Parts: sequence; structure tokens; C-alpha cells
Amino acid sequence: MAQMNMKEAIRDAMRVELKRDPNVLIFGEDVGHVGGVFRATEGLQGEFGEERVFDTPLAESAIGGLAVGLGVQGFRPIAEIQFVGFIFEALDQMVIQAARLRYRTGGKYNAPIVFRTPFGGGVKAAELHTDSLEGLIAQSPGIKVVVPSNPYDAKGLLIAAIRDNDPVFFMEHLNLYHAFRTEVPEGDYTVEIGKANVVREGSDVTIIAYGLMVHTATKAADELEKSGIKAEIIDLRTVSPIDIDTIVESVKKTNRAIVVQEAQKSAGVAAEVIAQINEKAILHLEAPVLRIAGPDTVYPFAQIEDTWLPNPARIIAGVKKVLEF
Amino acid sequence: MSKVPYEVYTEDVEALTVLSPAGEVINKDKMPALTDDQLKEIAYRMIFTRTWDDRAVNLGRQGRLGFYAPTSGQEATMVGSEFALEKEDFICPGYRDIPQLVWHGLPLHQAFLYSRGHQHGGEIPEDVSVLPPQIIIGAQILHATGIAMGFKLKNQKNVAITYTGDGGSSEGDFYEGLNFAGRFKLPVIFFVQNNGYAITTPFAKQTASKSIAHKAVAAGITGVKVDGMDIFAVIQAVREAAERARNGEGPTLIEAVTYRFRPHSLSDDASKYRTKEEEGEWNEKDPIARVVKYLESKGLWSDEDTQRVKDEAKAKVNEEIKLAEKTEKMTISGLIDSMFETTPKDLEEQKADFE
Ligand SMILES: Cc1ncc(C[n+]2csc(CCOP(=O)(O)OP(=O)(O)O)c2C)c(N)n1
Repeated sequence: MAQMNMKEAIRDAMRVELKRDPNVLIFGEDVGHVGGVFRATEGLQGEFGEERVFDTPLAESAIGGLAVGLGVQGFRPIAEIQFVGFIFEALDQMVIQAARLRYRTGGKYNAPIVFRTPFGGGVKAAELHTDSLEGLIAQSPGIKVVVPSNPYDAKGLLIAAIRDNDPVFFMEHLNLYHAFRTEVPEGDYTVEIGKANVVREGSDVTIIAYGLMVHTATKAADELEKSGIKAEIIDLRTVSPIDIDTIVESVKKTNRAIVVQEAQKSAGVAAEVIAQINEKAILHLEAPVLRIAGPDTVYPFAQIEDTWLPNPARIIAGVKKVLEF
Repeated sequence: MSKVPYEVYTEDVEALTVLSPAGEVINKDKMPALTDDQLKEIAYRMIFTRTWDDRAVNLGRQGRLGFYAPTSGQEATMVGSEFALEKEDFICPGYRDIPQLVWHGLPLHQAFLYSRGHQHGGEIPEDVSVLPPQIIIGAQILHATGIAMGFKLKNQKNVAITYTGDGGSSEGDFYEGLNFAGRFKLPVIFFVQNNGYAITTPFAKQTASKSIAHKAVAAGITGVKVDGMDIFAVIQAVREAAERARNGEGPTLIEAVTYRFRPHSLSDDASKYRTKEEEGEWNEKDPIARVVKYLESKGLWSDEDTQRVKDEAKAKVNEEIKLAEKTEKMTISGLIDSMFETTPKDLEEQKADFE
């Protein structure tokens, strides 16, 4: 099996699908010749030609709308939005046009599109390059939101997303592109969209996280283990729809939970997870479920992002709070 | 009124040039009126800006600056367009347009603070009419349009100028801004610095339009194209546009054809998409060399002057970066309190998580 980092795994997923299905197309700003600002699509234009992997003019709304039109024509676009803050320019096309196409046309047309975008803090990037905007999209019906935390999942989830007949917003954490390598199978496999993963078993508390925060939570769990506290960690993998069954099963065992997200605290994915726990498992809880998240400010300029972002210490404090409740 | 039959506007537009690469005025009619002192001031600002860019790139490599977009090569467009304005005219910049802000009055250390990811970099002094650099390409075009409408509503004879690149001219916001400004006849100048690339994408892959200046036609506004390596052409075009705007004759789209000697940003490798040959050709058109040659021929400038400006610029940059480095760090509480006029209760509570 090959060792790949997350970026290579993502590139490999696209290569596998370009090869398998002639309807798969990749486009976006700078994705062609040079292979994107992170080189995620490097080499793909050389291999598959300019008709299938191409640069667009600098216009996100056009990129999104082009994807919708191509979807109507039976293609399967992978549209890259260069950085997450620029999805706002494409928001109408993503969360209104693409996400409502099946509904509006009574199922005649659908939008089998993957919108890929890098996001995620801790890299001291320029303003609006790192914000966690998954909650915003997750609130929009008709589009799935996937946030992988490791190379294996990234490849399997991306292949699943490309094959999905509905739009998927696929978010790639900047801090995970090169963070580490894992074994990634060659060729074809999928990881189911909408299925969470128990990445660490434990009996005392459930920590629900996704993306980079899975790793931050793992660091916290290592620390907690030293004082005999066993945390179970669930990687959501997909933040819309949320795999509540896996969460409920875990909460039944641990009776305590916290949710960790990089995004601002209010009205986001963590709030949704807690709402669903309340609906499905409130009688199994021994303490309120807490959110460990960024505060409700704009994503800060680079200088204090490290303080702003959730870290192991804040997760540990949260765990202690629910344990001592 | 004559009508153009069938085929419309397919011709190339020629760029206005005043100063030849050899440093000779080849278009006397369009040479802007400039005193000797002003000419020297222009040379000073251009050389200062180049030196600052050189230093900034080094500071970036040392980790003393954060996000920084190089400017070398674009001194004629940046220094020239600002020079043609009045202090009360308003600048709405893109992320690269820091020189215009600084020459319009933003203290240099604040530009450094912005780059270092400090909120106070965007705290613009009272009497400086600029917005902070915009990351969202195209957004500033609409802000300038609104600011221009404000000038018009208040009967103030000022103009707003906004900058974007060849890439930015593809955004929807660009067309919406042009169209609004035309519809309301607003005193705004859309200044496009066409440096041939949007990150890696060359102009030929950006648009099938023969020029960006052509795009004014559809909006019903004046469009002009200038040699963006020629500061006199830039000053002339902006002065003319500003005069039209002040006279109530509406907006102008200016395309300035220029080149950026360095890559798009400090984390970018231009050799992947540009050739050495091309870079060499543009080097020959260096806007600073051109002005210096002209001033030398008039006996207004010498090598010593250039050296003096470089030394001054270096000293100033060192001073200002130190000032930026000494500025008190941001805090999460301060950040939370900067969200609203009155911090709501739930946000007050969130401060506790960070104490
Ligand atoms: C809305 C939006 N989309 C994408 C980007 C990412 N981006 C930053 S600079 C750039 C290219 C800009 O090219 P151009 O407008 O020609 O300006 P230049 O930097 O060449 O002066 C891109 C795509 C952005 N900042 N904003």
C-alpha cells in the first residue's frame, strides 16, 4: 500500500475518478497547468488534458453556476473554490442553485457536483483564507458537507462525493494537507458519506470532533489518560448529515459528551450535534453537553489565532467540567 | 450621430504612452503639468516604494511580516495614480495596493501591522481617506461605487478610486460596480492594474476581450488604456478621469498595462508559469529607470539622489517595522469587544474561556 499525505490522497481520488468516468471534470482558479495554489491537482491536466482539467477566469459565482449547468448536461464537476472565504461569492450557486436543483425540477435534473475548498486555522494565512464556514453550508438543505481528518478518509470520502448524485461541499483543512502520511490503498474504495468513525474507544466521556480537531482531541485524550480518564473520540467525517446513531451509541456508554469545533461557538455544527443528542439520548446524560469552540468573533487576524483556536487544554478543562458536574 | 453597422468595437485600443523606455517625452500633448519639485517627489516615491518592497520581501523571509504581496514593477501605477489625486479623494484598495494607502497617509508601521496580522493595522487615522486592503477580489469596487455616491449626494467634489487586477476584472462585482457607477454617473475611477497574470493564469486565459478598457463600453462609461510602466501616462489618465468625475461627467475605467517583477506572493514560485525571457523584456520597461533617465536629462537627478533615497527608505522601514513589533499584542477580550458597540451578554461570558 502507498503512503500518502492528505493532499496526495485527495489528488489520487481525483485521478482515480477522472480515469474511471469520462464525465468527471475539474475546474477552478489556477487548478490547471500549475495544479492549484496547494498543488492538489498537480499533474492532472497533463494526464487528462485541458478539456477535463482547466483554469477558469477569476469568478466564483461563474465557477459554481458553470458546475450547475454542466451537471444538467450529465457531467460530474469537481469545482475548486481556491480558499474558503471566497465561497461567499459562489454561495447563491452552491446553496441555492445546486442544492435546490433536484427539488425544483421534480427530480429531472440533479447537481452531482463536488465543491472542494481548503479551510482551517493555525496557519497564519491572510484574512478569510481559514474560516470554518461548514456550519453555514450545513444549515442549507440539499447539500452535504464533508470534512476529512486523515488521508485514508479523505480519498475514500472524496471518491464517494464524486460519485454522489447530489452536491457535496468538501472541506480540506490546510493544516492537514502535509501533516502526516498514512497507508492509503491504490485505486478504488469509498468511505461512506454520513457515517462517523469511532477513532478511539473510551468509557468516561465522548468527545465529538471533525477535521483537525480530531487530532487536537486525541492530544487531550492522551493527556487525560495519564490521570485515568478514558475518552472516546468520534470523528464526524460528515457534518451534514450528522451520524447521530454512532453518537447516541457512544453517549449510552459514557453518559457524558463534549463537542469540539474550530468554528465560532453559536448556531453551528456543535450546536446541532447537541440538539440531536438532546432529542435522542437526553436520559443517558449525566451532565450538560459542552461546546469547545472559537468565540463568536470574526476569525481573528493571524496574531492571535493560536489563542483563539480550541487547544488540548481547553478540551481537558471541558472534560473535567462534565466529569465533575 | 453616426451608427456603427453590424460589427461593433472589435478594434484594439492603443495604450497611452507619454515617456518612452529611453526616458524621452514622446507625447507632449499628454505630458501632465508637473513642477520640478513634483518630478523629484515622484522619483523619490517610486524609489522609496521599490526599496521598501525589497526590504519587505526580506522581512517576510525572516518571519517579521506575514501576508505580503510584492509590488516591484508596479510603481508607476501605484505611485502615479495616487499622486494624481487630492488628499480628500478616497482610495479603496485590493490586497496589493499598500503603496497607494501609505502615500495617501496611512503610517507605514500600520501597513506592517496589517501584514503581521494585527487588527490595528486597519485602524485608519481620522484624516486619511482610505479603506484597509481588501482580500475578497472585487468587493472594494462596489465600496468605491458607494463612496462615490456619497460624494455626489453630499455635493462634495471628490472622487473615489478603486484598484483591482486583470483577474479581478472577471468578478461579477466588477461588472456590477461599473454598471451602477454608469447608471448613477458617479465620481469613481476603476483602476485595473493588468500585470498579465492572476496568480498563475495569464491574461489570454482570463478573458477573450481584447482589452479590459473595452469592458467600459457595455457599462456606458469612459474606458481608457495606458502604459502602466509610464508614470506620466498614469498621472495624466487619472487626472483626466478625476476632472471628468469632479465635473459630474461620471466614472472612468482605466486599464494600466504593467508587470510585477516578483511572484504573486511570498509563497509562490513564478518560474512555474512565467519565462525568464518575458521577465527580461519587462525589466527593460522598468518604470523607475524611465523616470530617472528623464530627470537626469533635465539635470534634476543623479545616482547620489537615488542612493540617498534608498538609504532613507531603508532607515524608515527599519524604524517602522520596529514600531510595529513593539505594538502591544492583541487579546481575545479586545477582539470580543471590537465586534459590537456594546458587547452582548453572551459574548461577555465567552471572555471567561480565555482568561
Ligand atoms: C473572491 C476571491 N477569489 C479568489 C481569491 C484568491 N486570489 C488572490 S489573488 C488572486 C489573483 C488576482 O489576480 P489579479 O486580479 O490579476 O491581481 P494581481 O495580484 O495580479 O495584481 C486570486 C485568485 C481572492 N482573494 N478573492
